[in-house]
Amino acid sequence: MISIKGLYKQFGQLEVLKGIDLVVEKGKVVVVIGPSGSGKTTMLRCLNVLETPTKGAISIEGQNLDFSNGVPKKQITSFRRLTGMVFQSYNLFPHKTALQNVMEGPIIVKGESKEAARKKARALLEKVGLGDKVDYYPAQLSGGQQQRVGIARALAMEPEVMLFDEPTSALDPELVGEVLKVMKDLAQEGMTMIVVTHEMRFAREAADEVIFMDGGVIVERNKPEEIFTNPREERTKKFLNMIQ
Amino acid sequence: MVPTKKSLRNGLVKMYLNSIFPDPERADRLIEIAKTSLQPLLEGAVMNTIPLTIISFIIGIILAVLTALARISQVKIFQVIARVYVSAIRGTPLLVQLFIIFYGLPNLGVTLDPFISAVIGFSLSVGAYASEIIRAAIISIPKGQWEAGYSIGMTYTQALKRIILPQATRVSIPPLSNTFISLVKDTSLASLVLVTEMFRRAQEIASTNYEFLLVYSEAAFVYWVLCFFLSLLQGFMEKRLDRYMS
Repeated sequence: MISIKGLYKQFGQLEVLKGIDLVVEKGKVVVVIGPSGSGKTTMLRCLNVLETPTKGAISIEGQNLDFSNGVPKKQITSFRRLTGMVFQSYNLFPHKTALQNVMEGPIIVKGESKEAARKKARALLEKVGLGDKVDYYPAQLSGGQQQRVGIARALAMEPEVMLFDEPTSALDPELVGEVLKVMKDLAQEGMTMIVVTHEMRFAREAADEVIFMDGGVIVERNKPEEIFTNPREERTKKFLNMIQ
Repeated sequence: MVPTKKSLRNGLVKMYLNSIFPDPERADRLIEIAKTSLQPLLEGAVMNTIPLTIISFIIGIILAVLTALARISQVKIFQVIARVYVSAIRGTPLLVQLFIIFYGLPNLGVTLDPFISAVIGFSLSVGAYASEIIRAAIISIPKGQWEAGYSIGMTYTQALKRIILPQATRVSIPPLSNTFISLVKDTSLASLVLVTEMFRRAQEIASTNYEFLLVYSEAAFVYWVLCFFLSLLQGFMEKRLDRYMS
């Protein structure tokens, strides 16, 4: 279970998150939508502490971080290991092959043996459909392939929750499908996922819940069929009208 | 007598020299001096110039990495120390630094061997100049690379060592090669703190036979050859580290 309580984030004068409260049960897939600047990416980045919240508390599977009174670095590093992050711009390590990208975390962070890590990395790349590309460098892969390596890299750490930050926004349209398919498979296997995306079809097909954020707060939260066909809030209606 | 290839070549060289120096004996003398000075010059290069360059460069790069890390660290005092160091070294002539170390420190009771003095001076110099190169290279690696490292649970040190520095190394090879090649030539300054490196050998030879133009040109030529091979090495390393770039 993931819970966020009273989360605030300020960049200088700009208050981006104005009190987020959210509970996500284990195994659920939550899609976060909202206009740009609504704070959805910041919320996601707060969850693995790439941004340090100004105040509030986060807990994942019993591990707590309370930001109201400073958190030591060590605690942040171990907390991060509970989450896997997939970035909009993939952020693969360009000096390592697909296989090495996936092996890196298990070997360096978890201290697994090279052999075990290689075996696991191969299996994961196989799973995301890249079994034949293990020795390719990122620059030799398409965007969709790179993003799938990115997913495999995050999965290799066996996280409690996968965070997706607009994973398909940088992709050519014809490559979006292959990434979404991997994500849907993951969802079906029962992975807990929080996905910031503009792919409404993915939200409809794979999400247990959709959250609409605007102005740094959660405006509405409901099942996908409800929120898309019958939004309660005026702001949600407006946003959905604009994108459809 | 049928001329051999070698005698023919020597003959041509002599003809050329004769056209510049009408006195044939002088031409003979010049060839002789050029031949006999080559060995001591190379000896100076192998015994002192090259070791001085390599040792100073290695120590200098270690200093440079530490200084670059201090500059980008969050700890104010590290930043200040690094800034002062770089500013002092870059703001004063290398020759003056060498004189302070070799001729100045004995006033404090610290007397150093010429070679050691030179190593200290050159290492400090490389450390300061290269630290700016390395700092720029580290900063040039996109922030997303740090974040990707952190997101798989890495600490700052792990991300730096495994993700950032390997990429920064590739970026910094061309400018660091410049530093290295400059260092080869700067080691000639060590002649002034009594290190018998190549240029000091040249001075010694020239002071006995007064053929300054010839002997100094010969030394210059050896420096050039050394630097030429270093450029080849640079090209080779760039190629090797380019494997992953498309």
